[in-house]
Amino acid sequence: MEPVLAAQTLAEFFQQYLFDPESAPGFLAKALAALIHALLLGCFFGLPGGIFIWGERKIAGRIQDRLGPTRVGGRFGWLQPLADGLKLVQKEDLVPKPADPLLFRMAPYIVLVASFSALMVLPFSDGWVAVALDSGLFLIFAVLALEVVGVILGGYASGSKWALLGAMREAAQMVSYEIPMSICAVVPVVAAGTLNLGEIARMQSGWITNWLIFHDPFTFCAFFVYFACATASCKRAPFDLPEAESELVAGFMTEYSGMRWALFFLAEYTSMFIVSGIATVLFLGGWHLGLPVLESASWPVHLIGMCVFLLKASVLVIVQIWVRWTLPRLRIDQVMMACLKYLIPISCVLFLGAVLWPVTMAQVLHRTTLLGQPLGERAAAPAIVAPEKTAGSRVKR
Amino acid sequence: MTGDQLLFAILALTACCGAVAVVISQNVVRMAFWLIVSLSATAGLFFSLHADFVGAVQLLVYVGGTLVLLIFGVMLTASGPFVRIRTTLAEGLLGACVGVALLLTVLSGVMGVAWDRVAAHQTAATPPPQPGFNPAEEGNTTRPLGLSLLGLRPDKDLRSPGNEPSTGYLLPFEIVSVHLLVVLIGAAYLARTKRRARPEAIEGTDASGTT
Repeated sequence: MEPVLAAQTLAEFFQQYLFDPESAPGFLAKALAALIHALLLGCFFGLPGGIFIWGERKIAGRIQDRLGPTRVGGRFGWLQPLADGLKLVQKEDLVPKPADPLLFRMAPYIVLVASFSALMVLPFSDGWVAVALDSGLFLIFAVLALEVVGVILGGYASGSKWALLGAMREAAQMVSYEIPMSICAVVPVVAAGTLNLGEIARMQSGWITNWLIFHDPFTFCAFFVYFACATASCKRAPFDLPEAESELVAGFMTEYSGMRWALFFLAEYTSMFIVSGIATVLFLGGWHLGLPVLESASWPVHLIGMCVFLLKASVLVIVQIWVRWTLPRLRIDQVMMACLKYLIPISCVLFLGAVLWPVTMAQVLHRTTLLGQPLGERAAAPAIVAPEKTAGSRVKR
Repeated sequence: MTGDQLLFAILALTACCGAVAVVISQNVVRMAFWLIVSLSATAGLFFSLHADFVGAVQLLVYVGGTLVLLIFGVMLTASGPFVRIRTTLAEGLLGACVGVALLLTVLSGVMGVAWDRVAAHQTAATPPPQPGFNPAEEGNTTRPLGLSLLGLRPDKDLRSPGNEPSTGYLLPFEIVSVHLLVVLIGAAYLARTKRRARPEAIEGTDASGTT
């Protein structure tokens, strides 16, 4: 076999340059590639967390007619997250006496691992994804759902009534809100016909009308329902009942201090970023600008695409922060009622509509979209990036 | 021992240790935690075998769904904090018998297969891996699964006798899922009807208000 020196994945790159170039990537090459992927994802885990914590404090300050952090690192308090981190590292690692020590110590790690592993299948740009799976959306929801286990364990193991109440609320809320959230995420999947997040985003190239949010009225509504459910599943106000400060001290985090407490917070901000990233990929065109420019397969274009993706996801995170500081907290019965009586029926109707829409429109108008170019034409047109190059492979990033 | 085997060994060992810890520990929630460890390691085994869809299902259904349900049940029914479960000798013996019987069944099933012939057949059937896009290598198992649900089997010649086209597994799958839904609604209905509070008790809960 001819040595192929055009590595398409990082594993192949290492195999060809460090090991035997004639064979398929071996275990060492794969392990090296996986390590680099994990380190890069680690940056995406830590940096948005820090930046969004700073943003939250700054935006909250402005909304409450304060200045927010101003002292650390220049005029705008840029280094506030670093100062927070240093402070938290120095704190004593407390385990209360009535707590179950093993579970109390393990719970933050479960939450952390769940939100970190969800980054694995999130595409940042065309082909820039750690693992491109055909069932990527399914896996991302499966992994995000594990976060609740850590929260319940932490709340239960604390040996405190506040923590237990917070954990119970979290369990009830998460289990309920996952249903409308998943159904709403399926609505654009019905339009796109794939669960592969990279392929879904690739379909939305071209004009802004090609974004799946403008595909039909049902996907348009599904975006807002999804975003409301995603806010609830991240335990953000107005749905922050699990950690309601005014009634439950700090909910499931009451007994935590220092780094373990910080891990819960880091996981919360990362999962905010992930649900916003999913919304961006599913509804808002992923890494596409919304204009039919800059659509070639070269790395500067991919880099711009990644910036566009991060910008869109960050805007959604900022909306979550904005909502948190402007809306009052709901009561627990109102939270559950909003989900079970309103959001689940609405999402079911949206799903039904999204299924019937292409059938009806194909009969009436002979095209499945009102505004954008129908997906079939886009798929049949000469592909901008040959899909077999990137789809389903670990790509150098 | 290759790296893949090492990965398999680590994951399998974690799964087994977690399972043993479930049996040994006496605290119910700790058991749930060890069950998470065991089931997640099993999901990891599926991922390492490139069955990503099955791995995701394992995470969603068992680790996520069942465990939340389990913890819910334990926390709602426990009479005090950190409930301990002590098993009697008879229960232990019975459990051990069932476990050993299951192990023997699985072992006899595994031993009954001539693995060298299966491996030879498979290496003859599959082409060597090519660099670049490699569906089997990357765990692209979802599409064949979805297609066979609809009755499309690209891996089989449907013209040969014994492989006639069928309607697929979608209808049985849907019947089973609707059946599960009926069971769930029935269970909720039965659980609710037992707790019929007196009218004054309902007023009392209203007066005390929500949390």
